[in-house]
Amino acid sequence: MDDLVKAFRLLMIGLASIAGLLLILVVGLFFWNQNPEIFSWESEPIELSEPEMLESESEISDDGIHVESGLVADDGYQLIIANCTKCHSANLVTQNRGNRDYWKSLIIWMQTTQGLWELGDSEEKILDYLSKNYAPIQEGRRANLSGVQWYELED
Amino acid sequence: MKKHIASNPSIKQASNGRRNFLKKSSLAALAASLGFEIVHAAKLPSNYVPLAFQDSDPFKLFNKNKELIVLNNKPWNLETPPHLLDDKITPADKMFVRNNGLIPENVDVNTWTLTVDGESVSQTKTYSLADLKSKFKNYTYQLTLECGGNGRSEFFPPASGNQWKVGAVSCANWTGIRLKDLLQDIGIKPDAVYIGYHSADSHLSNDPNKEPISRGVPIAKALQDETLIAFEMNGSPIPIAHGFPLRLVAGGFPASASGKWLNRISVRNIVHDGAKMEAPSYRVPCNPVAPGTEVSNEDMCIIESMPVKSLITNPKSGAMIPMNKKLEVRGHAWAGELEVKKVQVSIDFGATWQDCQLDPPVNRLAWQHFKTSLNFPKDGYYEVWAKATDSNGKSQPMLVPGWNPKGYLNNACHRIAVKVG
Repeated sequence: MDDLVKAFRLLMIGLASIAGLLLILVVGLFFWNQNPEIFSWESEPIELSEPEMLESESEISDDGIHVESGLVADDGYQLIIANCTKCHSANLVTQNRGNRDYWKSLIIWMQTTQGLWELGDSEEKILDYLSKNYAPIQEGRRANLSGVQWYELED
Repeated sequence: MKKHIASNPSIKQASNGRRNFLKKSSLAALAASLGFEIVHAAKLPSNYVPLAFQDSDPFKLFNKNKELIVLNNKPWNLETPPHLLDDKITPADKMFVRNNGLIPENVDVNTWTLTVDGESVSQTKTYSLADLKSKFKNYTYQLTLECGGNGRSEFFPPASGNQWKVGAVSCANWTGIRLKDLLQDIGIKPDAVYIGYHSADSHLSNDPNKEPISRGVPIAKALQDETLIAFEMNGSPIPIAHGFPLRLVAGGFPASASGKWLNRISVRNIVHDGAKMEAPSYRVPCNPVAPGTEVSNEDMCIIESMPVKSLITNPKSGAMIPMNKKLEVRGHAWAGELEVKKVQVSIDFGATWQDCQLDPPVNRLAWQHFKTSLNFPKDGYYEVWAKATDSNGKSQPMLVPGWNPKGYLNNACHRIAVKVG
């Protein structure tokens, strides 16, 4: 008789465990469905507070360049490091120039096709920074040759 | 789920440890500098350097000449100053590097395969590297590869992307099999219009479902004799930065059509729709537009043949010579799918032109070499401008040509500075 009770108890525990696991799975799936980004490489905007940067990484050169990234160390450059350099280096920012619309269109393109996250409140600050520090410079249809290093031509 | 940039102390330690590691290189040193035990240490190849410790110096990483200009380190993009392109056949250490994604790691030639599939093949077939090399006849051609965005830095308003000056071009000796022989072995249907390549590199976002680039060429280009599936460059296995172990090479087209780390070719019954085939990538406005115009995607057309162009590779810009001394000038010229029929130089900003001696191409799609010697009328500052003309009579413009949103196809004349006296 004891054996029967024991078996019945075991059966009930087993069923309860399965039901429990199912509940966890269903709730988990529901939660994942509501928050698909939670296990995804696409994530929320990155927030960066200054104290997180090590001293050597926040070094600024005499001409106002953040040494580690090469970015102009003006208001907002940390946001560029935090949001842009996960995928590509800061070189891709510093080589390019454009007005606010240009930078905005690049952000939209990266969000549409390249997996950039929503920038939230940071977007305006990022656009302020880029359109101020990386604005276009008109050099004419052909610029003068620059940076020529003169040398005596030997035979 | 907050993420942090590389301010994580362990990452910082790792980058400090990188240089030390290369000197020590014992497993104990490796474990110590990593700060944790290496699982399966016994299985590590003796000369293996974990990626975290690989030297981030691109010149060492890719065996490149120190004078190459680094435009970007993620992804790696390096261009060659023009005077380094003086060799008739571009050596590996002077070849520009252009990447859209991350270079594959752990390439194993013994397990590498090439699969040919798509709507327009009679059968899907997979070949090992050994199959490819032995089953088909091998050919070697000198093929000019120029980045579609070479010269982008001169456009105004600026176009986004790597700001190439003039050095995103090369002409190496490529050895491989003809793509057309491979397609014949498989059998393609009459509705084939395009081939698209697929590669082993990974997308910058590390999303495994995204390809960084998957472009291709029209079927007519795929069937040209010179369109190769190459496994050697200048007589050696292709360097990793240039596509080891297998690369599609379609000279004369934007170099992005020559897919690196090739592992699949799809024969398509539509224009291939892989990554960076879509507008605006590697496309220009079908009709010319005013600088800065917004162009809708349906008005952008795929670039095929690159335009006529030339480069002065000797002397290096900045040469100072005494009066009454002749200046020996030489370089290369190329014209996409066409041949170059004339190269001229000017020392008076195009007022007068002098014809250069021009060699015929070694084979179709190889660049051609030009040379001449110049006299200068009096002391002073000069610029030597070079202008090539293709077999259809089209020349290089002296000004930056038609603006386009992505800054492709700048084939304006190259020039160097010279001082006399």
